[in-house]
Amino acid sequence: MGTRECGSPISMSKPSAGEAGRTGDWRANRPVMTAQACLAVKKGEVVCQLCWAYCPDACISRGVGPVIDMEYCKGCGICSEVCPANAIEMVPEAAHGVCNVGEGSER
Amino acid sequence: MSDTAIKRTVMAGNEAAATAAKLARVQVIAAYPITPQTSVVEQLSAWVESGELPAEFVTVESEHSALTVCITASTVGARVFTATSANGLAYMTEQVWWAAGARLPIVMCIANRAMAAPWNVLNDQQDSMSVRDAGWIQLYCRDNQEILDTTIQAYRIAEQLHVPVMVCYDGFLLSHTVMPVEVPSAEQVDAYLPPYEPLTVVDPDDPRNIGPVTLADPRANADGVSCHGYMEVRALHQQALLGALETIPAADAEWSELTGREWGGLTWEHLLDDAEVVLVAAGSVGMQLTVAAEALREQGVKAGVLGIRSYRPFPVDALRGKLAGRKLALVFDKALSYGNEGPICGDLKAALYGQPEAPVVFGAVCGLGGRDVTVEQLNDAANRAIADLADGVTDRAADWLNLHL
Ligand code: SF4
Ligand code: SF4
Repeated sequence: MGTRECGSPISMSKPSAGEAGRTGDWRANRPVMTAQACLAVKKGEVVCQLCWAYCPDACISRGVGPVIDMEYCKGCGICSEVCPANAIEMVPEAAHGVCNVGEGSER
Repeated sequence: MSDTAIKRTVMAGNEAAATAAKLARVQVIAAYPITPQTSVVEQLSAWVESGELPAEFVTVESEHSALTVCITASTVGARVFTATSANGLAYMTEQVWWAAGARLPIVMCIANRAMAAPWNVLNDQQDSMSVRDAGWIQLYCRDNQEILDTTIQAYRIAEQLHVPVMVCYDGFLLSHTVMPVEVPSAEQVDAYLPPYEPLTVVDPDDPRNIGPVTLADPRANADGVSCHGYMEVRALHQQALLGALETIPAADAEWSELTGREWGGLTWEHLLDDAEVVLVAAGSVGMQLTVAAEALREQGVKAGVLGIRSYRPFPVDALRGKLAGRKLALVFDKALSYGNEGPICGDLKAALYGQPEAPVVFGAVCGLGGRDVTVEQLNDAANRAIADLADGVTDRAADWLNLHL
């Protein structure tokens, strides 16, 4: 018990993708981004990025526009709430037919 | 006060606690004032303000935040101090558990006070007893010298085991009562307390998640390194608490080498050697019991006192050994597990269960909400218990002292 490789009696980990497991399989609603509505895409520059700053799972990459990693997006909807351009809509997973966890990232 | 000399002075229990924190060179203090703890905080803030204590004093809006500040400061490697009482302790309860589970060596003084409702600022021990299961070490003090010495020892114990320690002392009876106290020199305390080495890694170039989601089973982290599950983390915590059964007496023994004062480690005793009737308690009521035991001896009863200094960890083996062969143990609790009995009484019965030479254990509840406890009442309670035992009673409901329903 005390000899596990981590060697620590406390819970401590390095921040990295997948540290809390594949959180994508928690998702009931999927954030769907309409690229043309995103302020960053409209300006053609890395502006706004509120969705990136607020995502509690750090699964949004900064960019023109930002990219959501569906492997780890848990579907909380915070990005949709904070988006000033209403560019992100939360759509029930059922509407997508199948959950795509394990199929890699998608925009 | 000069730092280099040992000084004999008079002070209240709260000042003894504050003086100990100063001598331990605490770096961060966060506390919210509540009667009867307030003068601990006032004293420390005055020292920080005057520059006599080079520490950060963080003013907060609540006890929950006070302990949260201590948790974060301890996580980054600071030696921290806080103090509270009663409803303040209840308000921090969520963080009381966090501090322990995160294995942070926080020292918190509790000036014991009754829980509301109904509102009451006077002494009993219901506040700290109510968080006995949270994974902190709990030490109970008899007088102001023990408050000072135990608070310094608490840092040694906490930092060695990575477990937080509550130093509990009776509100008003000790917190506001002035008595002689010998203040050790800064050199003595520095020699006793090595610097605190945190378990946590705090490095912006090599960041960590601290206390992240930890699921039931052990599993590999993102680097493939196998890490404990929740139950393993808890089992290691329990090992640390049980390890304190050795660390607490060792810390007391080393303090005694340095200062000539020792407090018994886990338990203390008075006239116990040949005692047939043993009066058991934690805190200042134990001192009153020493007077009661002497009076009982004049009456021809072989009485003695067994004081509980370490309530968590509960010193099961020590209590079994010291009580083996006695006729009666009468436990005085200043708290209650409502719907059951006094917490120390219940724990002692569990410790003695099945022991071949165990005494009969009776409970008494006293001093709730500051109700007076006199030596005469303690004596009367002992005499009632002795009479019950003579009548062949081996189990009975708790005797409530000085109750007038
Ligand atoms: S819904 Fe949005 S904010 Fe929430 S986890 Fe997914 S990407 Fe992040
Ligand atoms: S919050 Fe909305 S507008 Fe801003 S970058 Fe994200 S998607 Fe674009």
